[in-house]
Amino acid sequence: MGTFIAIVLAAVLTNNFITVKTYGICPFLGVSKKTSSAAGMGVAVTLVMVIATLVTYPIYTYVMIPLGIEFLEIIFFIFIIASLVQMLEKIIQKISPSLYGAMGIYLPLITTNCAVLGVTELVIGDMSAYIGDASMNIGWAVLYALFAGLGFTLVMIIMSGMREKLNYYKTAKALAGFPIAMVTACFICMAFTVFSYISLG
Amino acid sequence: MNKYKKITLDGLIYQNPTFMLVLGTCPTLGLISSAFSAMGMGLTVVVILTLSNILISALRKVIPNAVRIPCYIVIIATLVTFARMFLEKFVPDLYDSLGGFLALIVVNCIILGRAEAFANKHTVPEAAVDGVMQGLGFTVALTLMGIICEFFGKGSLFGLQIMEFKISMLAKPAGAFLVYGLCIAVFTYVIDCIERARRVKANKIARENLLREVA
Repeated sequence: MGTFIAIVLAAVLTNNFITVKTYGICPFLGVSKKTSSAAGMGVAVTLVMVIATLVTYPIYTYVMIPLGIEFLEIIFFIFIIASLVQMLEKIIQKISPSLYGAMGIYLPLITTNCAVLGVTELVIGDMSAYIGDASMNIGWAVLYALFAGLGFTLVMIIMSGMREKLNYYKTAKALAGFPIAMVTACFICMAFTVFSYISLG
Repeated sequence: MNKYKKITLDGLIYQNPTFMLVLGTCPTLGLISSAFSAMGMGLTVVVILTLSNILISALRKVIPNAVRIPCYIVIIATLVTFARMFLEKFVPDLYDSLGGFLALIVVNCIILGRAEAFANKHTVPEAAVDGVMQGLGFTVALTLMGIICEFFGKGSLFGLQIMEFKISMLAKPAGAFLVYGLCIAVFTYVIDCIERARRVKANKIARENLLREVA
């Protein structure tokens, strides 16, 4: 139970993907102008992160390590993610056209999202900072991916809310667009610094 | 030679990947807290971008259009794997300070973006020059922001302690966002001013020519 809470807190708050690790910044800056699209992107990224971890972690542990081809991980992982995204797009299109209409446009963009490749690389690396003495297995890996994705969605939604409000104010011409979005992101990061004082010791 | 001059100016200033196109933001924000890692990241990207541009440009008539993106990804992923092995063996300091961002060069939008927008339409020498210049534009921008963040955030430059005074927020992601945003604002403002001055000058010359003709 302790490990569960530690992973959830670390993934969502203390080691948030956007505010602490700075993974997945392209969608964070690009798709955060409206809350609805930010939420859609967040859910899509979470889904792909969970499924990608579910596939890559066993392949790495049970196929690549016994064969001694760990050095090919980048090529393997990016291919698995690209084909998964493509497959997921087709499946969603077939099963639920309404969901596809809401989420479909974000899926192709996710292939080149650092958050997805980042999480698959993270869970095969040294995770002792998050899980303590417990040994790493696929359950913890998927749990970490799920809550890292939810943390990503949380920050996306906060950011989009702030950017929607920003539209009501005039900004200087040079600051309009990306610069003011980054200054906004700076304040969100500062707010998230508070969570770094959480300790489970 | 004019063609290469244009590619150079585009890469360094008018289409600077960091300040004008805002691509490759993840490694930028993650690594500018230290000037050494920012510059190391930039130089690694220069090498990978140049090689990938050369390879993709050389193979542009061989790769079928329908499967070009997977082909580009294989080329880039292979180059990144080589770069990772090379750095781990020969520059372990840099390997440690880049951390997870070394593997994430594969999904860096600059490299795939240049492959898609430039290398698959141009000859090998042009693509090579474009790779070097875009990479250098990225490196210069990252090093500049790395120096600002490290100097004010840690009071040091390239690991060399200079002063005791520091604002440690600037060495965290929050400060990276702030510095990056303000640098984009300053850069676009300066470019805007230069463009406006040039347009005013061009208008003036055009008017003088017109007056002379009328007279």
